[in-house]
Amino acid sequence: MAPDPAALKETRTGDEWVLTISGRLDVSTVGALDSSVRAFDPGDARRGRIDLSEIERLDTAGAWLVHRLSQRLDGQGVPTEISGAKPVHAALIKRMGRSEGRELPPPPKYHPLSGMLVQMGEQTIERGRDARALTAFFGLVTITLGRTLINPWRLRGTSLVYHMQQAGLNAIPITALLSVLIGVVLAFQGAFQLRKFGAEIFTVNMIGISVLREIGVLMTSIIIAGRSGSAFTAQIGTMKVNQEVDAMYTLGLDPIEVLVLPRLFALMLTLPLLVFFADLTGLVGGGIMCLVALDITPTQYLNQLHAAVVPWTFWTGIIKAPVFAFVIAMVACYEGLQVTGSAESVGRLTTKSVVESIFLLIVLDAMFSILFSHIGI
Amino acid sequence: MDNDCVIQIRDLTNQFGKAIIHDHLDLDVRRGEVIGVVGASGAGKSVLLRTVIGLNHHVSGSIEVLGKDTSRLNEAGWRQLQERWGVLFQDGALFSSLTVAQNIQVPMKEHTDLSQRLMDELAAVKVEMVGLAPDAGAKFPSELSGGMRKRAGLARSLALDPEILFLDEPTAGLDPISAAAFDGLIRDLQRSLNLTVFMVTHDLDSLAAICDRIACLVEKRVKVGTMEELMRDNHPWLQEYFHGPRGRAVTDRSGDGR
Repeated sequence: MAPDPAALKETRTGDEWVLTISGRLDVSTVGALDSSVRAFDPGDARRGRIDLSEIERLDTAGAWLVHRLSQRLDGQGVPTEISGAKPVHAALIKRMGRSEGRELPPPPKYHPLSGMLVQMGEQTIERGRDARALTAFFGLVTITLGRTLINPWRLRGTSLVYHMQQAGLNAIPITALLSVLIGVVLAFQGAFQLRKFGAEIFTVNMIGISVLREIGVLMTSIIIAGRSGSAFTAQIGTMKVNQEVDAMYTLGLDPIEVLVLPRLFALMLTLPLLVFFADLTGLVGGGIMCLVALDITPTQYLNQLHAAVVPWTFWTGIIKAPVFAFVIAMVACYEGLQVTGSAESVGRLTTKSVVESIFLLIVLDAMFSILFSHIGI
Repeated sequence: MDNDCVIQIRDLTNQFGKAIIHDHLDLDVRRGEVIGVVGASGAGKSVLLRTVIGLNHHVSGSIEVLGKDTSRLNEAGWRQLQERWGVLFQDGALFSSLTVAQNIQVPMKEHTDLSQRLMDELAAVKVEMVGLAPDAGAKFPSELSGGMRKRAGLARSLALDPEILFLDEPTAGLDPISAAAFDGLIRDLQRSLNLTVFMVTHDLDSLAAICDRIACLVEKRVKVGTMEELMRDNHPWLQEYFHGPRGRAVTDRSGDGR
């Protein structure tokens, strides 16, 4: 049902310019009339009149149009009166007078180029603040950690075990599946390239070293950052929105001790175990592919692996796990505590937490590589 | 159908699992009145409101809004009906990613063909009508206080100049001064825009100040009447409600005034 638009009729009698509006003048019809109302020009008329006696329906939008027109004509030196309006309509139009000169302030506009610069500057400052705040949080957590190490009974046992189950035990299937697949892919790609040199057997060395040193720990950490890091941020963030964290403060509970430490310890304890598990399944995946694609029997595979890998190959991978766990948990809890006000910020900060922790993981991994090459392992 | 009846509820039954919320409930809302829906917590006030606006499917019975049976409407029919009512949710339910002005323009964009310039002007008018400062239009909901969010939500529900306004606990969480101001605002707008207001509330002051009639949910049905009529009712819950310590404070005062 398309409403009939209101009809506008312009007449001129002597000095008087008259606009007669009839029909429905409401929010569903003003859209079509707006531009013509803006364009009215009374010419050299001395007086104006807007006749509303034939109007059927008038709402705020229509009243605004009438009010705006009469104000504009007044301003152009054509005093304009409104006639024939029903009392309700007249009152509504009069009410519009209160909105006089109350246009919404325009949003700040930047030139595209300077806008980009402004944005870059703002982002840089923002990142700097983030880094500082994260460092401060690191300090705070370390202090609380130290205090808890002195008084270990302050650690929340139930919470710790719960998070170990959530972040560790329940992550086993996905970690196992993905590392088997990574082992398979590595073996396949390695075999394909090394066959050109007739050095297929070194596929085993490549799998052994890359899975144990890098892939196992990095993949697992990234999975955990996406899986548990995001969960930590969302949990703590939701508690923040519900003012549960504020309630803790007032009850004399330290949120760092109650919320952050159990999660931190849980990840630091379970991530190395998960990495060990991922190493194992990664090697198994590689072994399967070696058997299928290269006809290397499991015995040959194990012998070659034994020759290629020294204990330190394994330890360089596993040593990184608690450090990565610390970073994931700290970033996740920090971002969770940054949540303010709305539920919307929970989503935003959860994304931020995952991106930030994966970024830090890879930076740290690079730093570990440099360190290990310096000390020669 | 009686032309002056904008909402007509007949034989409405609502049930969640085994819990019956409304049992063959009848209610008429007349054009141009402010009706307040009260009842104990959990009596189904909000469910009633949600059922009328189509957010909750009832088990049996019929609801006619502006002469249209809501259970027989197709999608186009719903859209037309939705243009003719506005809903204010408890905390405003503003879209958090949009500014207040953009929030007000959402229904305009969806249902009309207004130019951006005109929409900006109309948004400014609505912002003024609900008593917000002009610069509130450019703010995001998270930058507003609870009372301001309610006003902004009211502005959005008025964007299309509806005939019926549904309010879910409009004064909950406001301080008494803001609540009284909000009551006054609703009364003022109701008069100047000739609205019918369907208001779920806990607030006895609001009831006394602005409601023409009160629908009280007791025993899964409603008792409707003016405040005086309901105060004379012998039902124990109504007696407790209007003559308990909080009720007395309000009813004594309004009694003096009349």
